[in-house]
This record gives sequence, structure tokens and C-alpha cells, in this order.
Amino acid sequence: MMYDSKITSMHLDVLKEIGNIGAAHAATALSTLLNKKIDMKVPKVEMVSFDDMMDLAGGPESVVAGIYLRIEGDVTGSMFFVLPVEQANRFIRRLVQDENFDFQTGEVSELGASAMQELGNILSGSYLSALSDFTHLKIYPTVPALSVDMVGAIISFGLVELSHVSDYVIVIDTAINEEDVPNEESVKGHFFLLPDPESFDAIFKALGVN
Amino acid sequence: MNEQGQIVKVGIADMNIAKAPDKIRTSGLGSCVGVVLYDERSTTVGMVHVMLPDSSLGRTEVINIAKFADTGIPAMVEQLKIEGIQPYKLKAKIAGGAQMFQFSSTRDTMRIGPRNVEAVKEYLKKYSIPIVAEDTGGNSGRTIEFDPTTKLLNIRTVNQGVRNI
Repeated sequence: MMYDSKITSMHLDVLKEIGNIGAAHAATALSTLLNKKIDMKVPKVEMVSFDDMMDLAGGPESVVAGIYLRIEGDVTGSMFFVLPVEQANRFIRRLVQDENFDFQTGEVSELGASAMQELGNILSGSYLSALSDFTHLKIYPTVPALSVDMVGAIISFGLVELSHVSDYVIVIDTAINEEDVPNEESVKGHFFLLPDPESFDAIFKALGVN
Repeated sequence: MNEQGQIVKVGIADMNIAKAPDKIRTSGLGSCVGVVLYDERSTTVGMVHVMLPDSSLGRTEVINIAKFADTGIPAMVEQLKIEGIQPYKLKAKIAGGAQMFQFSSTRDTMRIGPRNVEAVKEYLKKYSIPIVAEDTGGNSGRTIEFDPTTKLLNIRTVNQGVRNI
């Protein structure tokens, strides 16, 4: 099995390119949706401990709106799109035109929740279809699920599968930012793509990497 | 004046021991279960952050014993024994095991929270360690902090506030 010890820096570079392609498409989709320029930061691809993964996501207790979906097909794994909750609120307020919308009130309107889910759907869908086009691998995302909670509680769910084989995770991380707005108001999300360990072989093989 | 303690942190799939006046904390528990083992008369306590129910699920040669209920609990009992605490005096408080996402899927992984809780209870029972208090299940993330002086487990959630058990 190719994990932990067998992953080289060249492999990580290949995964980074994968993240680049996927996230570029997602950024384009978001730009269209918001009618604004969206800036994408070159993805970070690292092998990190579970605790470091939580820190990448902003620390285990930071509150986020998290979209989770499973990937099925030739490649399996977990995918997250997380937004700090204040930014998710601002975004959904704009989309559903309800100034009082707030994920943190506990009782979230169905419209707002499904708007958030749809956002996750559009972004992760464009991310994954770019990936599928590029690798010619069959990738089927499940319907995304939404949770607004501590990022540690949300992300650890995606670590369950690979925690069977490792204490480390390869994170394909992409930050996505809205341009030309004050920093604190811009949409700042993260994609985390966590392929299951046995999927790395399929990815590398599809790309002709040994 | 009370002596000010530090906070001993327990990471994911990790375990540790704290002595008063220090407190012990683990953050952002989702489907994982935080298990606190303590003796009413001692101010030395242990905490395990269990991620999976059973080490037979592990497919690596060297396993991280704190990750699994069936290995983490015995290991903590042993560590406390070294600290001079007899296993028959131990009590437990547990929290976590939430289902963070609602799916229609029946995949086993999706039920990992409840399975972790069941496994933790099973192994505590094996050691005849009574569960004094628990806050498990639901669909909220939890941060828990145990105070070895008061033996109270403080539980913080995003939507349901803070409580002590």
C-alpha cells in the first residue's frame, strides 16, 4: 500500500497540481455565482498529523459551516468545503436576501441551509469534475451534508476511514478568497480533499506516475 | 488564593494524565469519545480521546493504542496504576460520540459515533469501571475539560451552551 513512507515530494507535487486544477474550476464557478473576482491560493499539499490537520483548518474549536461529501468511483475519499461561520452567514444572507439569517441561532431556515448545501454542491462538483476530466478517472460525489460546528468535530469525521491505516493524512488544501473587498468581509473558504489511502495508487497510475 | 493550574491538552487519538491544580482538556470531539478515568480520592486523572472502537480495525503494524477503545482504556488503566491508583477505585465520565452529519447512506462509517460509545462502555464494563456521568450522542461537537480537584467534566458546545457533569 502506498502511504506514509512511500509518498515522495514528487508525488506531493502531482497532488498539488490536481488541487490546482480542481480549485481553479471551483473559483471560476464561485466568481460567476457572486459576479466577483475570486482569488485562489495555490494549494498546500502536505502529509500532516491529525492534530496538525485541525490547525490547518483554523484550530479544532473554530466554528465553521462545513460541507462534507464522500467520493465514490475509481477514487474514494472525503471532501470538505469549510467557511468560517461569519462568512457563511454573510454569503447566505446575500444569496437568500435575508439580512437576519444566522447559522448560529440554532434554528436555521431551510432555505438558508439548502443554499449553503447548494454552494457546496456547485463548488465541489466543479472541483471534482475538473479532476475527473484531467485524470480520466470516474469520480462520483455523494450529495453533500452540512454541519455548522467546531471544525475539529467536523473534519475528524473525514479522518475515520484513513485512521484505520495511518496517523497521518495527506491534505490537498486550497484557500479561496474574494478579491477587492475588505479582508474581514471576503469569502475565505478551504477545500480539503482527503483521498482514502488505497486511492493514491489509482491517482498516480492515471497520471503515469510510479 | 488558589494555585493556578495549567491545561494539559489531549489531541485526537491521544491520551494523557493531569494532576491538580492542572486541568485536562480535549477540543472539538465529534464522533470521537473522550473518556476520563479518575479516583474520587486522588487528584491524578487520565483522559483518552478514542477515535475508533476496536484495534482489529487497524491495518498498520504499529498501532497508536490511544486511538482505539479496546487498547486505549486498558493502557490508561495501566498508566494510572503506575501513578498508584488501583483499577477497582476508578470511575469514568465520558462525552462525545456525536453524529455530525445526517446521511441517508447506510455505510458503517457513518455510525462511527454510536459505535465508539458502545465500545467504550463495553471496555469500561470489562474493567468494572462505573460510568458516573455521560453526555454522548446527538449531533454537536464538544470540547471537554476535566478538573481533577472538583471531578467535574465541563462540556462546551457551539449551539447548546456549556454544562458540567
